[in-house]
Amino acid sequence: MASQTNHKFWISFLVVVAALAVAPLGIPEFWRKFLTEILIWGLLAMSSDILIGYTGMVSFGHSAFFGLGLYGAAAALLVLRSPNLWIALAVGLAAAAVVAVFVAYFATRLRDIYFAITTLVFSQIFYVIIFTWTDVTGGENGLYFSQPPFTIPGIFSARFSTVTLHWFVLAIVALSYLALRRITQSPFGMVLQSIRENEPRTRAIGYHVERYKIVAVLLSGLFAGLAGTLYAIQHRFAAPDFVFFTVSGEVVIFNVMGGMGTLVGPVVGAAFFLLLREGLSRFWTEYYLIPLGIAFTMMVIFMPQGLLGFLKRRVNQ
Amino acid sequence: MLTLADVHTHYAKSHVLHGISLEVQPGEVVGLLGRNGVGKSTTLKSIMGLVRPSQGRITFEGRDITGMASHKVAHLGIAYVPEDRRIFKLLTVMENLRTGLDRPGLAETRRKELLDKVYESFPVLGERKSQLGGTLSGGEQQMLAIARAMMLEPKIILLDEPTEGLMPRMVSQIRDIIGRLHRDGVAILLVEQDVGLTLGASSRCYIMEKGLMRHHGPSAALKADPSVIHQYMGV
Amino acid sequence: MFEQILVQTVNGLVNGMVLALVASGLTLIFGIMDVVNFAHGDLVMLGGFTGAVTVAQTGNFWLGLLVASLTIAVFGALLQLSTLRPLIGRDPLTTIIATFGISLVLQKYALWQFGPTARNIPQPIPGQFELFYLQYPWYRLGAAVLAGAIIGALYLFLKFGKYGIWIRATTQDRVMASAMGIPVPLVHTAVFAIGAAMAAASGVLFAPLAAVTQNMGFEFTLRAFIVVVVGGMGNLGGSILAALFISLLEAYASLVVSPSQAVIVSFVALILTLLFRPTGLFVPTPK
Repeated sequence: MASQTNHKFWISFLVVVAALAVAPLGIPEFWRKFLTEILIWGLLAMSSDILIGYTGMVSFGHSAFFGLGLYGAAAALLVLRSPNLWIALAVGLAAAAVVAVFVAYFATRLRDIYFAITTLVFSQIFYVIIFTWTDVTGGENGLYFSQPPFTIPGIFSARFSTVTLHWFVLAIVALSYLALRRITQSPFGMVLQSIRENEPRTRAIGYHVERYKIVAVLLSGLFAGLAGTLYAIQHRFAAPDFVFFTVSGEVVIFNVMGGMGTLVGPVVGAAFFLLLREGLSRFWTEYYLIPLGIAFTMMVIFMPQGLLGFLKRRVNQ
Repeated sequence: MLTLADVHTHYAKSHVLHGISLEVQPGEVVGLLGRNGVGKSTTLKSIMGLVRPSQGRITFEGRDITGMASHKVAHLGIAYVPEDRRIFKLLTVMENLRTGLDRPGLAETRRKELLDKVYESFPVLGERKSQLGGTLSGGEQQMLAIARAMMLEPKIILLDEPTEGLMPRMVSQIRDIIGRLHRDGVAILLVEQDVGLTLGASSRCYIMEKGLMRHHGPSAALKADPSVIHQYMGV
Repeated sequence: MFEQILVQTVNGLVNGMVLALVASGLTLIFGIMDVVNFAHGDLVMLGGFTGAVTVAQTGNFWLGLLVASLTIAVFGALLQLSTLRPLIGRDPLTTIIATFGISLVLQKYALWQFGPTARNIPQPIPGQFELFYLQYPWYRLGAAVLAGAIIGALYLFLKFGKYGIWIRATTQDRVMASAMGIPVPLVHTAVFAIGAAMAAASGVLFAPLAAVTQNMGFEFTLRAFIVVVVGGMGNLGGSILAALFISLLEAYASLVVSPSQAVIVSFVALILTLLFRPTGLFVPTPK
């Protein structure tokens, strides 16, 4: 039975990845880039799901992880004379990791609302620093840099095209998904969910809840930083807007709309939101947020399991 | 007047009441005995609407009040004095009383009457009118909890372990109050660990065990034959 | 230098009073129904806009204040009834996410309803006086006094009014309040409406000092959150002191750094409070 579901999973997974790999070949340039962007936001949403969906720790600070991954990569790409893809990734991840350590510290000492507010404040601190330290970060105007080529050291070097970049991002996101899936289905992941369900009981059973929370935050932060780094590579532009709370807010929306605690759900949520935004804003410009916001709030109240949970129920019926 | 019919209640994932039935007639003092944790408090909470029964019916004066919101239950004439007293610690004694006294349609004269009666029954509360509830002693808080319920002029008071943790002198004061309420025609459903007090104050008693009603009979009979009490309460 | 510090002290106190008005509504709401209202700042914003429109039409500031407060109070009550009441019993994080959704809608609604341009309200108390080296607008002091008056009125209402007892009892023990016949759901809606009215009033008070923009809500919400946490959640007196404290800190900080950076001081204050005195700086240490 287990291997049957396993088979089903792998087949559907490979089908989806193949579809995503082939998709950009037949669509206009704008939508190719859009698809890549969806993948990146999907990765961010997945990273947040670890905290919100699996561990039950609502974080409004993912813009900090994302933003620091973004600026870290930007720094690496600006400072080095010949911008290197892997160094950019490494620096971006390192920057996000540093923030994650701080947030992890707070995660162990604060619960629920206080943690949520603190993460919000955290990302705002970074926003203010980045916004006002114009000498280093370019402030409001942001940083422009060039896209590094894809290199295998000593062997191969080629510039990315829209499609090959898409494949690169797809590969990373797919691998990240597999990794996160492995983690959430492992005993470690089970403990996280147990913490979400009933923290005092988990502690009483003997689990060192703090340690699990720290690891959860670090994981979440790292993958969020990875998303930021990928974004930097794709767009060659970093701006304080990406560190502003709005990003964190959108991530929460992806999670809730898609279905928390499912990994795939938030990715679906991200895709859904971004497509909806793209579509609606053609008719309603900025006001798309009114129906979207209402729909979101209604979902929080009436469909807390998100789109995925809702669909699952339908399918099971 | 008050009837419970086959009430099942779940509380925090455990099935606490497994089909409780009881009734209280107007003006009666009815005892509810049983060991700790058998569901006596949950029975009172179910009546008061603090927990919602999953099955069964609760009727009061012919009206179905199963799962009714607590404030509506209170308006119908049922008052509740909980196990841990739960007076409003940051309100003064007077303000505590006012939570029951500030009712629409209560004439000023009647207000004064009620207050006078309470201060007469509980002179200590009169002395400490402007003191914060949290500064009162345990016994005084119990007095206040009962006095507060009396402000609602209820038809029945649900008393949950009023003598718990009180000194003997206070216990006899409680006994007097119960007697006085009975004389005033207020029905009382009395949950107690103090068997002697309960048998003395009530006309009938129910005995619960593990969420079920095990025995029901006149208090006089239970007093005369202590073996039943022994059986269910090990006392 | 000394004069600068004094001027900033006055500024800090003035800003603090307006912030206190915002924060007391938020802490009142949290204290009674465990709702962290993410959209609170947007209620300030809507109040500011409503007030601006009323003043533009009638020329009367006080009418604007009244209309804004009442309108937003009703609006707040409707909001609570439709979206927050169904959420009672769910964990507080759900309400913070739900109110976040509401916040988005309110911001864009304001954009749609009031347009993208910032609105202004002319100062109802004209003129300035000499404060050391500055010409200091009388209105700034007026706004602080007004804010203080409203908070004072709230305090008196809570302490001595009949419904004040209901509100305080429900805040302390909503189960027993209900058992005493107090209509708790109604009290919840009423308190939310009061909190919304106070937010709206602060929006109107704030408007003559700076412009009302559609996305100013977030800054207010964030600051109010910080004040409420530092002051002790649910603690009215604490949030007033905390509002003054935070505003003074920011005012002094802006002597050294730019105002947009000065805000970091309040962030740091929040973090330090959560680390060392999580129940609130101005709350006696719980036993």
